Amino acid sequence: MAELNTGRGWSASGDAAGVTISLEGDWTGPEAVVEPGIATRLVDHDGLKTVAFDAARLGRWDSALLVFLLELRRASLRRHAALDEGGLPESARQLLSLVPQAMPAAPATPPRSGLLASVGQVAVDAWTQCVAATTLLGAVLLRGGASLRGATLMRRTDLLAFMQTAGLGALPVIALVNVLVGAILSFMGAVQLRKFGADIYVADLVGIAVVREMAPLMTAIVMCGRTGGAYAAELATMNGSEETGALVVLGVPTSEYLVLPRVAALTLMMPLLYLYAAALGILGGAVVAVLTADVPAVAFLDQLRAGVTSSEVLFGFVKCITFGLFIGLCGCRIGLAAGRSSADVGSAATRATVTGIVGVIAIDSVFALCAHALDF
Amino acid sequence: MEAVKLALEVKSLCIGYGDHVVLQDLSFTVPARSIFAIMGASGCGKSTLLHALIGLLRPSAGAVLFRDQDYWSLDDAGRGRIGRRFGVLFQQSALWSTLTAAQNVALPLQLFTRLDATAIDALVELKLSLVGLTEGRTVLPAELSGGMAKRVGLARAIALDPDILFLDEPSAGLDPVASERLDQLILQLRNGFGVTIVMVSHELPSLYAICDDGIFLDAASHTAIAHGAPRQLRDGCTEPTVSAFMHRTDPVHAGA
Repeated sequence: MAELNTGRGWSASGDAAGVTISLEGDWTGPEAVVEPGIATRLVDHDGLKTVAFDAARLGRWDSALLVFLLELRRASLRRHAALDEGGLPESARQLLSLVPQAMPAAPATPPRSGLLASVGQVAVDAWTQCVAATTLLGAVLLRGGASLRGATLMRRTDLLAFMQTAGLGALPVIALVNVLVGAILSFMGAVQLRKFGADIYVADLVGIAVVREMAPLMTAIVMCGRTGGAYAAELATMNGSEETGALVVLGVPTSEYLVLPRVAALTLMMPLLYLYAAALGILGGAVVAVLTADVPAVAFLDQLRAGVTSSEVLFGFVKCITFGLFIGLCGCRIGLAAGRSSADVGSAATRATVTGIVGVIAIDSVFALCAHALDF
Repeated sequence: MEAVKLALEVKSLCIGYGDHVVLQDLSFTVPARSIFAIMGASGCGKSTLLHALIGLLRPSAGAVLFRDQDYWSLDDAGRGRIGRRFGVLFQQSALWSTLTAAQNVALPLQLFTRLDATAIDALVELKLSLVGLTEGRTVLPAELSGGMAKRVGLARAIALDPDILFLDEPSAGLDPVASERLDQLILQLRNGFGVTIVMVSHELPSLYAICDDGIFLDAASHTAIAHGAPRQLRDGCTEPTVSAFMHRTDPVHAGA
């Protein structure tokens, strides 16, 4: 039985027992790559004993030829046919010798875990995260306490620099957000209150809403995106470049040298930002009330002083400090636990921001419940 | 065949950052199919020169000629076309961290050829086998060891069958056996595919074993102070800096 077969750059001839493949011309560039499967079909018949080559007219070649030869080699191996590479150029034989004979084993797919195992894994992971976060909180509080006595590895310049970026740097965006929120509250409130002829109470509404809820919440949300995400990205990058490792080897705890200044800066700045945010929120509300609801500015201020008590401000203060502590710890913890690739840095920043915002709102609702129960 | 066919020609190249001169008036030629070494002490501008050759750093004066075209006189698209004929193995491997090892090698093929997925798979399989990576093909670079990452980097560099292969410290961070294997692989790639290889290295054993031409850069004079194969420089160069480097002696203490 005569077998004749040909393609671009090659032709096969021979009988059932032996095939000779003649290679000719140039085999360079991606267009010279022979479609996978053709080489296999060439030697895929029963009783084939030998496969030989004739490369007398072969021109220049690159990987395209090697891919073809490799497939031939593996196909003949499966058929137990002898592959005589003697006809090939010496350099091609050398390169082929680098490639293992057998096909690489397919990577073992990990066994699929059942629902119970997955749920269990999630629970264990969550618990581990909880423990790690609590440990970090404890370490930061302990070292923070020690640093008040001056016994600390934290650098003062680090703390001041973080206070500047977290505090001063955030002023414009916090001003914008809170003025607008105050204005919106005032506008919505005035429209509703006018129906009852109670226009003047817009001052109470804006004052209490801003001081008690909106200023702490909006400030915290801005800080999550601005600072929490940045902390996570920064620490994740340091992880990737083994900067954290270099600190650990020196015996410098990352919780003290890296986390404490960041968390302390944010926690110290949050109350100040809160006061600033509350003042601007009320200002926004007052401007809108004066302009659209015809409430005189003096009457607005008078009503505000009666409506907003110092306990409201205290409540806002406490919330802000808690938010600052939470956002800082959350960003640092996620950053320190991140992987080492550039994608890990991005996902750490995203996770820190999202976890921060969700966590802040959750904490805020806990505060609301507690305040209600305590009649505060 | 012509007597000396050039793969790359560098004419009076000057490179600097701002006022700081790194290299000046540097000229040399890289013969086709040679393994060309860029040698010199640490900080003499080897990697800077390599960056100017592969298009990452614009020289302040001079020309880099590839196939008689001045690389730096071309626009971005023109440089990109030439750059696709280059293969580069970066010092830190520079694998794309969101892609698996195999995907790293496949990406250039997917972007710049019209081959279908099975053909690309076959090529990727070939390149990874050539560099000896038998496992870890489906893992992300972060999980690869330094030596494995280097091999994947080399497989990616030869993915498009380049005309010139630039290697930045290929054996740095490899054990002696892996380093020797890499040398042999570089030799075989040159002999098999006829690729020209330009490598920055100060691994003396591999320089002597495989390089057949090169230049020696000097930090003090900001230019090449010797040309030739590392073996010839070792045996015949009278320049004290070069000779000290090639024999691994400290010139300050050698005379004492």
